[in-house]
Amino acid sequence: MICADSRPALGRGFRMQWEPAQKAHVLLYPEGMVKLNGSAGEIMKRCDGVRTVAEIVSDLESTFATTGLEKDVQAFVAMALEKRWLEIRQ
Amino acid sequence: MSARVGNPGPPLWLLCELTYTCPLHCVFCYNPTDFAKTEQELSTDDWIRVLRQGRELGAVQLGLSGGEPLTRDDLEVIVGEAHSLGYYTNLITSGVGLTEARIQALKQAGLDHIQLSFQDSTREVNDFLSSTRTFELKSKVAALIKQYEYPMVLNVVLHRLNIEHVQEILEMAESMGAEYVELANTQYYGWAWHNRERLLPSREQLRRAEDVTNRFRERVGNKMRVLFVVPDYFERRPKPCMNGLGSVFLTVTPDGTALPCHAAKTLPGLTFPNVKDASIEWIWRDSPGFNHYRGDSWMKEPCRSCPEKAKDFGGCRCQAYLLTGDPDNADPVCDLSPHHHLVTEMVNRASAPDAPAPVIERPLIFRDRKNSRALSG
Repeated sequence: MICADSRPALGRGFRMQWEPAQKAHVLLYPEGMVKLNGSAGEIMKRCDGVRTVAEIVSDLESTFATTGLEKDVQAFVAMALEKRWLEIRQ
Repeated sequence: MSARVGNPGPPLWLLCELTYTCPLHCVFCYNPTDFAKTEQELSTDDWIRVLRQGRELGAVQLGLSGGEPLTRDDLEVIVGEAHSLGYYTNLITSGVGLTEARIQALKQAGLDHIQLSFQDSTREVNDFLSSTRTFELKSKVAALIKQYEYPMVLNVVLHRLNIEHVQEILEMAESMGAEYVELANTQYYGWAWHNRERLLPSREQLRRAEDVTNRFRERVGNKMRVLFVVPDYFERRPKPCMNGLGSVFLTVTPDGTALPCHAAKTLPGLTFPNVKDASIEWIWRDSPGFNHYRGDSWMKEPCRSCPEKAKDFGGCRCQAYLLTGDPDNADPVCDLSPHHHLVTEMVNRASAPDAPAPVIERPLIFRDRKNSRALSG
């Protein structure tokens, strides 16, 4: 379980950018690339090491005029931490 | 003139082989054996044009290799341009020439990643690990890599003559603070192809090396990730080489020849364009050399009707050519290939009790200019 007040940031060695040729956010890392789908891109670009998970959830809910995203965001962040796309700096 | 097959996606991976100059003479190098024929390397401006045009087509991952890319004194300029264009920049180096001044300049230029390869830089292959000069150099470079906050990624090419030292290699990597280690068995192209009889390990050697690797993984846990790449001659299905030629990968050689795979120059009957004569866009989308092996209409049986053809694309064209003489054949690594016996026979010979001991009976051919000229014919 990821704490609502943890502040995920992009993992060391990773870079995220918008690629017009692929019409997607991509995550770049040593000798590899992950093409992110729309929602993954929206979550990842908010993980700046400043905002908390709770703040990211509420920002997404207001941007997309929806509710109940907390579980999905938590699950994504947990997966991304496991894959080292994200890290939580102490 | 256009030979376009389908609508190719972007060349996501651009590999720039900046130079064939190299302080090492590795017997397993994949560089072409006739590299000494290359007289004129591309200029800084040529490389920058390649980077811009590649990026416009959607290239994102950039490999800078060679030879030894550090022998080019414009490496920092090339990295700087690549970084500002939005590439993720990977330097593939032996570490020879990586001084603190250079790593600092490369970091400043925006270099994202360094892959340090560990080779035997001496001619005493059997002294592979006792070569203290190499060890000291690599340790120094490894410390610099960590000091400049790069992940420490070590690549070790395995073959018959060093595969029994996997334990020592892993311990050395650990003592250098490596975070990732790739134990990559030799792929048989270029110089390695010429030396294949001397370099292919036996089944028993391979099994022991995998055992040692697994025990090491258990001991170190997450601290270090170890990737063990089995030589594909021991497999029963071919690798999806380059994800299919002309699919995601574009190599530019030191003289500007553009290739859909770094070994493709050996393929007969194909001409490959030069970046001095044509744009990357035309080369990638329209040149005959890049379109020849797109799609599957070139395939012969058993690939043509194989349900796995979309998974492995018939394997490696260069391997099909080197082993069977026809690049359109199925990669003989596949046990559905009528030529699969060529691979198993080679593995059997390497595994036989009377197989050549790691004592030089037939000399290894080192990658140097003299041998290159001799092999150029």
